[in-house]
Amino acid sequence: MTMMKKLHMTVAVLALSTTAAAAQEVEVLHWWTSGGEAAAVGTLRDTLAAGGIGWQDMPVAGGGGSDAMTVLRARVTAGDAPTAVQMLGFSIQDWAAEGALANLDSLAADQGWADVVPAALQRFSTYDGSWVAAPVNVHSTNWVWANTALMAELGITQPTSWEEFVAAMETAKAAGYTALAHGGQAWQEATMFDSMVMGAGGPDFYQAAMVDLDPAALGSDTMVEAFDRMATLRSYVDDNFSGRDWNLATAMVINGDALFQIMGDWAKGEFVNAGMTAGNEFQCFRVPGTEGTVTFNSDQFAMFNVADESDQASQLAMASAVMSPEFQVTFNLVKGSVPARTDIPSDQFDACGQLGMAQLAEAAASGGLFGSMAHGHANTPSVQNAMYDVITAHFNGEYDAATAAAELVTAVEIAQ
Amino acid sequence: MATTTDTGVDFRTRLQTWLPKLVLSPSLAIMLVFVYGFIAFTVYLSFTDSRMLPSYEWVGWQNYDRLFRIREWNIALTNLAVFATLYIAICTVIGLMLAILLDQKIRGEGMLRPIFLYPMALSFIVTGTAWKWMLDPAIGLENTMHLWGWESFAFGWIKDREMAIYTIVIAAVWQSSGFVMAMFLAGLRGIDNEILKAAQMDGASNFQLYRRIILPQLRPAFLSAFVILSHLAIKSYDLVIALTGGGPGNATALPATFMYSYTFTRNQMGIGAASAVIMLMTIAAIMVPYLYAELREKK
Amino acid sequence: MAAASTETAIRSSRFARVLIYLVLLLFALFYLLPLGIMVVNSLKPLSEITGGNMVALPRDWTIAPWLSAWSTAQIGVEPTGLRPYFINSIVMAVPAVMLSTIVGALNGYVLTKWHFRGATIIFGLLLFSCFIPFQIVLIPMARILGILDIAGTTSGLILVHFVYGIGFTTLYFRNYYAAFPTELVRAAQIDGAGFFQIFWRIMLPSSGPIIAVSFIWQFTNIWNDFLFGASFASGGSAPMTVALNNLVNSSTGVREYNVHFAGAIMAAAPTLLVYIVAGRYFVRGLMAGSVKG
Repeated sequence: MTMMKKLHMTVAVLALSTTAAAAQEVEVLHWWTSGGEAAAVGTLRDTLAAGGIGWQDMPVAGGGGSDAMTVLRARVTAGDAPTAVQMLGFSIQDWAAEGALANLDSLAADQGWADVVPAALQRFSTYDGSWVAAPVNVHSTNWVWANTALMAELGITQPTSWEEFVAAMETAKAAGYTALAHGGQAWQEATMFDSMVMGAGGPDFYQAAMVDLDPAALGSDTMVEAFDRMATLRSYVDDNFSGRDWNLATAMVINGDALFQIMGDWAKGEFVNAGMTAGNEFQCFRVPGTEGTVTFNSDQFAMFNVADESDQASQLAMASAVMSPEFQVTFNLVKGSVPARTDIPSDQFDACGQLGMAQLAEAAASGGLFGSMAHGHANTPSVQNAMYDVITAHFNGEYDAATAAAELVTAVEIAQ
Repeated sequence: MATTTDTGVDFRTRLQTWLPKLVLSPSLAIMLVFVYGFIAFTVYLSFTDSRMLPSYEWVGWQNYDRLFRIREWNIALTNLAVFATLYIAICTVIGLMLAILLDQKIRGEGMLRPIFLYPMALSFIVTGTAWKWMLDPAIGLENTMHLWGWESFAFGWIKDREMAIYTIVIAAVWQSSGFVMAMFLAGLRGIDNEILKAAQMDGASNFQLYRRIILPQLRPAFLSAFVILSHLAIKSYDLVIALTGGGPGNATALPATFMYSYTFTRNQMGIGAASAVIMLMTIAAIMVPYLYAELREKK
Repeated sequence: MAAASTETAIRSSRFARVLIYLVLLLFALFYLLPLGIMVVNSLKPLSEITGGNMVALPRDWTIAPWLSAWSTAQIGVEPTGLRPYFINSIVMAVPAVMLSTIVGALNGYVLTKWHFRGATIIFGLLLFSCFIPFQIVLIPMARILGILDIAGTTSGLILVHFVYGIGFTTLYFRNYYAAFPTELVRAAQIDGAGFFQIFWRIMLPSSGPIIAVSFIWQFTNIWNDFLFGASFASGGSAPMTVALNNLVNSSTGVREYNVHFAGAIMAAAPTLLVYIVAGRYFVRGLMAGSVKG
């Protein structure tokens, strides 16, 4: 094993240092295609290029990565897997279970990944105790984004409990504003639902219902309470929410038409792009009721089995570059997320980024870090989508809260 | 065909008789593999526990059993029935109407025809966002009407789970009715004017001309339109994804979106395959009688 | 066809004619509306779109979104715009259209002029292939492309489009040739003309309209395909629709709608052009062939 480890390391170092080898190349499937994101991935390409490794780009956007996953299946079936693939949560585990992923253990051991990556993330980056993926970032999904000017105008201070949160929305609604900006797409409703479950039942309940899929928890009164809170949120969104893209909902907050939005930290980019700064023109705080916990999703590069030795070397070099503190900072500054490594100084990040990093480290230490169901980090895609069906049906008024909880039990049962 | 005793010529003749079959055989072979082979594979998958990738573990009817217990599948089937009926009917009516109107010695026909026809050239990846905006009450048609002073105008179907499927119909009709128009126009232009003139001499009114003589002659065009429209209806996928993503809730899911979602997004390939088999059977139920009638008639 | 319509037997009153024009114009407006919105918004700065009425005319006209979509927008990690993918689509579409049209013409010729037992059944089998949902062919097709070692290449994609185009092209040509006088073929046969000679000398020269139909249909379908393009052609050889999708559908980034619309119109330009230029032959070809069953 140590022999192998040394060999791997030498190869990796060689790969980073050599400038000659023209044939060395990584093929990367990802869905980071918007301006800023793509540019950020570009820095990874530049790092590899400096080491003489070519970058064969293979972007497939759409459906929050689901189109890319379809393409991946076609590629693997054809016996032509890419070197590295951007992946979320349970997909990594599924591919690892198929035996399709490479083993990164020696590199991980050398660079001490286990010490700097939170255990909740390692749950996805490793399979059967072996590293199969390199985590890039942590998005936390239980944020509220708020327009500071509008808060001041309405005399609202940052709410610290669910009741205060509702009261604040009531004030905004009474004043003729949209209290909650929301886009009616299943994943956005599920994003709010994560926080409602966490708020209504706390971390243990979240674990039991969303991760362990305990039917008793799924059908419990606490779950009915979570659905009731969703109904409360529903009463504060505008009439036109259905089908709206999340960024248009964010624009409502930016323009001062709406007070709050519950959304993951990628929303920050929209504010920044509109010339606003965190902590001044806009604010971020955890969804009231979920303080002390973080629900997250994490983009990772899953490394596929490649036969060729020089390809393996390039792959390790890429994994190493992904985990380097420099890339983790560069990329996450652009993306709005926080680094997957917890040992990175936060001084380059803005107020929301710093807050996010501190809270992430805190939650990781106290056991309050949970995978987001809405973003495929709490259960498998089939269960996740079955939950979507129920959540979105309830939010659109097809079920009352009690029926929804009962339907959730059935839907999860069929999907398993 | 002349027969001869000369072996060289005989070979040539034999080649000539075999050549047509030889020319056709690659296409046939390709179809057997890439269409019927794949269909057989899908049928097989629908009886296995395939999830992310194909698996060969036999589970009997379990996938079909689950399929019909899933509420969204029943919604998708109902939606398809509503969508296909309205879509085919409206496209045919509008297509026929436009064709008849265009056939009245219209000045500027050369301009109008491509305008009616062009939506067929565009995929919904291209026009999806524009449609979404138009139908969105806050920014689209409703808002524009309000700005123009028509305050009571309301058009929020896309946000309403009872009505959203009808907005899908509108966009779909927009895309294909021009194509149907072209088919009917071609049919109209193919009708012998002498017959019409003769009927007119006998004192037939315009309406009678159309009812008694022209429409019956358009029968082949009706059939072609029906086949093309029903296959477009069953395959409709881009349209729903671009306009509503299946929402509000799951109100606009169609079997094609259901199938894609279960096969690829939800990693339940077995159930996805089962839904595909049901879809194929639906298509066959429509197509086989048509093909049978159509092809027998030619004899 | 102008020649036929000049002596149509239907007469209508002046009032009816005004009504007819009105209806036609209203429909023209309805058909043009989405394209109009796309054009208008592609000429606005982004702030005007996100900040106001999306249907209104631009206050500041700009062509920057068009330039960006064409040459500098981020499609992947390289800010290449749509330009390189345009070529990919052409390299893919042209051979696939030509191959499927040639094979369809030959099939149609055999099926109508060289009757043999089982020809009808074979035609039925070919025709049913038009109706296969493409989602189910993805996985087995990937396997076969892998075996043939053309996965992830333009050749693989051409093969796929060729295969699923045969059904339609055969349908078109068969219906067209069915109306073609068989006596001419028999006469040529008696004169000693061979199978291909007859096809080349007699059938093809009169196939103009139906070639146009087949070309338009195939070109539009192939150019607009996304599913196969994304699955079977990777990265550098990806067709235009995949690139457009990357431009338009990025999930968690800032959305530049004006650039998206400019890109969408560019991606649609070739098919639009084909419909406008060849549209007149389309009706003519349909008239001569496919609607006659």
